[in-house]
Amino acid sequence: MMKYKVLESYYYTEKHEWAKSDNGEAVVGLTDYAQDKLGEIVFVELPEVGDDVAAGKSAAVVESVKAVSDLYSPLSGTVTEVNEELLDQPELINKEPYGAGWIFKLEVKDEGEFKNLMEKAAYEEFIIKEEEE
Amino acid sequence: MSSNGKKTPFYEKHQSAGGKMVNYNGWLLPVQYGAGLVEEVRAARNKAVIFDVSHMGEITVTGSDSEQYLQRVLTNDISNLADSAISYSPVCYPEGGVVDDILVYRIERDSYLLVVNAANTEKDFTWLSDNVFGDVELNNVTDRYAQLALQGPSSLVIMNRLSSEPLDHIKYYHFNPKVSLDGVNCLVSRTGYTGEDGFEIYCHSADGEKLWDLLWENGREFELAAAGLGARDVLRLEAAMPLYGHELSREISPLQARLDRFIAFNKNESFIGKEALLKQKRSGITHMLYGLEMLERAVPREGYPVLSGDDEIGWVSSGSYSPTLDHFIALAFLDPLKVESGVLRVKVRNRVYRTRVTKIPFYWREK
Repeated sequence: MMKYKVLESYYYTEKHEWAKSDNGEAVVGLTDYAQDKLGEIVFVELPEVGDDVAAGKSAAVVESVKAVSDLYSPLSGTVTEVNEELLDQPELINKEPYGAGWIFKLEVKDEGEFKNLMEKAAYEEFIIKEEEE
Repeated sequence: MSSNGKKTPFYEKHQSAGGKMVNYNGWLLPVQYGAGLVEEVRAARNKAVIFDVSHMGEITVTGSDSEQYLQRVLTNDISNLADSAISYSPVCYPEGGVVDDILVYRIERDSYLLVVNAANTEKDFTWLSDNVFGDVELNNVTDRYAQLALQGPSSLVIMNRLSSEPLDHIKYYHFNPKVSLDGVNCLVSRTGYTGEDGFEIYCHSADGEKLWDLLWENGREFELAAAGLGARDVLRLEAAMPLYGHELSREISPLQARLDRFIAFNKNESFIGKEALLKQKRSGITHMLYGLEMLERAVPREGYPVLSGDDEIGWVSSGSYSPTLDHFIALAFLDPLKVESGVLRVKVRNRVYRTRVTKIPFYWREK
């Protein structure tokens, strides 16, 4: 029985970010597993619209009471929108990691990069392994 | 999960209570439980929580020269300490830096119990041993005891349910060495590291699990929760209590940390560090402890620079989101001559965020 929510049609990284395709754009956020591990999120440093981000490179910073974590972009592209709701309500990431807690959107440079990400089943297996360690 | 490390007598209890275990100074302890750090802080402020603090070090001091000896190694004056009373004191190096900050329990004449920081236990024992004179015997008895802290406004009522006699008589910074909690023999002190009313309870390691269960069962109707290291650190920061390695260290003197009232310059005996501290007092101190409250949303963390204009005037020693105040707060060492010179900012990664000096403690309980 999977303790953490993992959704269909989202793509996942080994650092526990997700990306979801949306008409040539991708929405990016943190997974349910990531938010659970971080604990109550109290601060988010967002990228700026127009920033170029690269897959695997830090694009935002998420802070819980105890820890500072980089968010690594799952894909390369240009930031088109950021979730400004998070500035006042960073806890949205804890409450709705796949919904209202999204972090930024980007114009995807290369749709082929989705192939480097995990789908639901593979990501579930990945976190089960990580839990065992 | 980190599997290397010493287990306290409560290890199994943490696991079954959903504790997220971490290695803290060589001890396996919960950083938080399932409900999360913020809930644990709220429980401590509004109800009651228990912490496993068995990692704290305990050192006994006995012998006919104990008092003279402690007067020499402690900055505080314990000559007027009564039986069953407790004193807080820094222990300093000759240069004025701090070996540790400790609690001194006077059991009776010629018999004291020192409670020291987990990370410093070995170092303290060596330092204290190296400075022994006369008839003084030191013993590191850390492994013999299990220690729990019960903290929060409901602490007294929970303790009184368990105790064969009411414990109201144990005043703040006092203890009773012979309390029976449903048959478990304990030393109980009215102390803590949260800014709340509460108790610290010591028993033999073998009785630890029974003590945990007793507290747990009797605390249920008062919504007693278990709390981890994360909540403990936030609670002590809100109460502006120093943490060794952050607000005190070999490089940071107790004067810088504003602990003047625990330095007895006028006691009869000279103490280690006195000359250096007097000199600091006379010549002025370059960095003093201040409380900061962020004016913009950002988490000030240890080591972040504090700026006045473009001028770096100090550093954050501890900082966090405060669930009790719903503010971002920090303790920081700042140049007292530059604190009022302009708008203060904390540098967080590549950006700067406005802050201001505020009075400490950030939180104090209504008495």
